[in-house]
Amino acid sequence: MSDKRLIYLDNNATTPTDPRVVDAMLPFFHNVPGNAASRNHPFGWAAEEAVDYSRDQIAKLLDVDSREIIFTSGATESDNLALKGVYEMYQRKGNHIITLKTEHKAVLDSCKKIEKLGGEVTYLDVDDKGMINLVELEAAIKKETILISVMWANNETGVIQPMKEIGDICAKHGVLFMSDATQAVGKIKTHPKELGIHLMAFTGHKMYGPKGVGALFVNRKNPRVKVTSQMDGGGHERGMRSGTLNVPGIVGFGAAAEIARKEMDADAARLSVLRDKLEKAFMENLEEVYINGDPAHRMPHVCNISFKHVEGEGLMMTFNQEIGVSSGSACTSASLEPSYVLIAYGLGDDLAHSSIRFSLGRFTTEQDIDDTIALVSKGVTHMRDLSPIWEMYKEGVDLDAVQWTEH
Amino acid sequence: MAYSEKLLDHFKNPKNVGTLDKTDSNVGTGLVGAPECGDVMRLQIQVDAAGIIEDAKFKTFGCGSAIASSSLATEWLKGKSLDEAMAIDNMAIVEELALPPVKIHCSVLAEDAIKGAIEDYKSKNA
Repeated sequence: MSDKRLIYLDNNATTPTDPRVVDAMLPFFHNVPGNAASRNHPFGWAAEEAVDYSRDQIAKLLDVDSREIIFTSGATESDNLALKGVYEMYQRKGNHIITLKTEHKAVLDSCKKIEKLGGEVTYLDVDDKGMINLVELEAAIKKETILISVMWANNETGVIQPMKEIGDICAKHGVLFMSDATQAVGKIKTHPKELGIHLMAFTGHKMYGPKGVGALFVNRKNPRVKVTSQMDGGGHERGMRSGTLNVPGIVGFGAAAEIARKEMDADAARLSVLRDKLEKAFMENLEEVYINGDPAHRMPHVCNISFKHVEGEGLMMTFNQEIGVSSGSACTSASLEPSYVLIAYGLGDDLAHSSIRFSLGRFTTEQDIDDTIALVSKGVTHMRDLSPIWEMYKEGVDLDAVQWTEH
Repeated sequence: MAYSEKLLDHFKNPKNVGTLDKTDSNVGTGLVGAPECGDVMRLQIQVDAAGIIEDAKFKTFGCGSAIASSSLATEWLKGKSLDEAMAIDNMAIVEELALPPVKIHCSVLAEDAIKGAIEDYKSKNA
């Protein structure tokens, strides 16, 4: 990488590990190297103590008991553990799960696996702003329903679901409520007990902690929730997740959680101003710009935006040597499918192909935003000069009426 | 996606971007793809009295590979006869730009655009 500062606006994909977190982790590679499960010597005791301390730091962030934090390798594993673990544990009670079409693949693919095993899953639609329909949710509940899974904040658009209302519905019907809170924990307040959430998945690397470590919150009282382990071999983490703990990763995770607890409100306020500046500049300087996701219920640092008649990957190529972002375009995905999340919002393939996600973070500066506004605006203008459909739109052609020769 | 130098050059400095008068009898227009697919190419040729393509222009809505493929196509078309132009094969575009496998369809669309433009010209001058 060159000396020139690159602008990183893909914090929803991952966040840079905070230098303070790296410092906290370093002693645990060589100087305090023990296995936290080695009960019989000081090496193990020191490691165990460090893990306990981190568990407390994380529990404090969530305002839960530290016995309710189960460490995993990341949010994907936590999602798998919650869904499959609940399905297996509560089989005698029922086999029906309700979730949304816009969940992360870690949830959707786990649900597909559960369907193969004989479970039944209902995938609810969302409205054009990405919000759940609470009436439809309640109507979908039946006596076999054991779990409702709704992500707290969407990874692509930042849309935040009405967690309290969903929690109330779950409590009313005696159904467990699980949330993939990966994009919310450490960035906004996420206290599961206040909202009736019984299981919550999250990870270190989305909150300026290291990659390779995550957690699942599992409510232990009123109700006592249990999950059947998916990783067996020794019974670690109260029998819910076996395997030697990633001590340095966990120490980093704990440090990140404590920093987040102290700094997240200030971060959110600062980033929301920068995000609004970015969005406003595009809306004012360019035509045919669309914000995706409910602006009133959205993470403060995310801007998912479509520049009509400009394809996402092409647009990114005009500035990707300087700025890192993501797109909902089919051309940027390995499967050549456009973003299923944006399609579920009813966007239409063309706006999905034209979407870019900017996700700001703790290390984003105002200069980054100013430079991004300039570079991206220039890129959009350049791509529109190359675009035949932009030309047709400007001439007043009704693009919906054209007979395209589809491929 | 790690693209080749040639592809990046066509993307950053696309050749022959523009619009010819589609009502002109010497102009053939090929419009292929669809906005829902994320790829639309418009390729136009201007043919002289001797049946040689004297000018070619393109505009493309699509990714870097799509833009580069259509830019390259216009370069290759200039100076060719209609028969020579019909013989342009998408795999030649793939090789020239070193398109990754997942982007081969962009070169296919460019070949379709070329053929579309030639057919349009021929139908106007039958």
